[in-house]
Amino acid sequence: MRLCITAQGNDPEAAVDPRFGRCRYFWIVDTVSGEQEILGNPNGQNSGGAGVQSAQLMVSKGVEAVLTGSVGPNAAQVLNPAGIKIHTGITGKVTEAITLFHPL
Amino acid sequence: MIISVASGKGGTGKTTVAVNLALCLEQAQLLDCDVEEPNAQIFLKADINDRKPATVRVPEIDYKKCNFCGVCQDVCAYHAFALLPKKVLFFPQMCHSCGACSLLCPQKAIQEIDRPIGEIEIGQRNSIRFIQGKLTVGETMAPPLIRQVKSYIDPAFTAIIDAPPGTACPMVTAVKDSDFCILVTEPTPFGMNDLQLAIETVQKLGIPYGVVMNRAEPDDLRTRLYFKAHDIPVLLKIPFDRKIAELYSVGIPFIEQFPEYRTKFQDLFLFILDSTKVAA
Repeated sequence: MRLCITAQGNDPEAAVDPRFGRCRYFWIVDTVSGEQEILGNPNGQNSGGAGVQSAQLMVSKGVEAVLTGSVGPNAAQVLNPAGIKIHTGITGKVTEAITLFHPL
Repeated sequence: MIISVASGKGGTGKTTVAVNLALCLEQAQLLDCDVEEPNAQIFLKADINDRKPATVRVPEIDYKKCNFCGVCQDVCAYHAFALLPKKVLFFPQMCHSCGACSLLCPQKAIQEIDRPIGEIEIGQRNSIRFIQGKLTVGETMAPPLIRQVKSYIDPAFTAIIDAPPGTACPMVTAVKDSDFCILVTEPTPFGMNDLQLAIETVQKLGIPYGVVMNRAEPDDLRTRLYFKAHDIPVLLKIPFDRKIAELYSVGIPFIEQFPEYRTKFQDLFLFILDSTKVAA
């Protein structure tokens, strides 16, 4: 399964970013291969449409579930029909969130 | 002659100045361009005799022609599209009606349709023609509705525009192309700070301006020194008077009970006529 966790940093100590559309980093993890990819969010400074753009990025990256603090209504309108599961209310370290959600 | 009434900070008295000024002129048009919360009608009480729907052009996708190529999503500067494997999602509230998607769709699968965003009401009170825009609650695109309200201006008569607060797109759209801008403020730190922002905005738009100080305190040396130091013309001071506030609270324009202000507003209008002649 391909997971994406929103992160405030790109280091192992990084905390989960409570925002989806305007998070600092997208931390994409393949739970089968253990492969990880950390992307800077190109939409963080958009004046509008950050949620839609970030959700679009999840679709094009083949993400199947998103772990974050909260997801805005526009982003949810893209993620839901794309079949991407949304898990909100996630806090703490990104690495812990990954382990708790799906022990590698 | 188009005179806009703007402020920077909200709640300083734009509508009070716009309505009272209009009532002091022989013949005028009053346009409430604060379309997110129009309130001039509370004081003017015009008879509304015409209503027109306000719409914007938005794309509609013909799924018989769409091959999900994603060009619409790529060319949309406002991120109003999202592309799923077998679906194109459109977010109407983000659309700025630029027309790029329908123009550039290789499949010619996008046509433009009208989407209602609000209503324009036209009315009359004595010699004042009144036009107001009402943006539907939940809609975000004030500028297109403001432009549509302004399209009703008859250049033969003086038009007074009650602008939305702030200095962002709605305010700029309302104030743009006016011959003079009255900036209403109050002697508070917020009022003065936002006045400065509004002055910078109208200066950038190249519109001559003057200030109306509302809720003015007598002997307020600080604001007087500020206006003097920055060479800002003060057109009128409206005192911080409980009676004016009471009239406001029951929707009565204060000139109706303070007839001496009729001359003051007329002088203000004459000053604007003179100063715009000089500017032109």
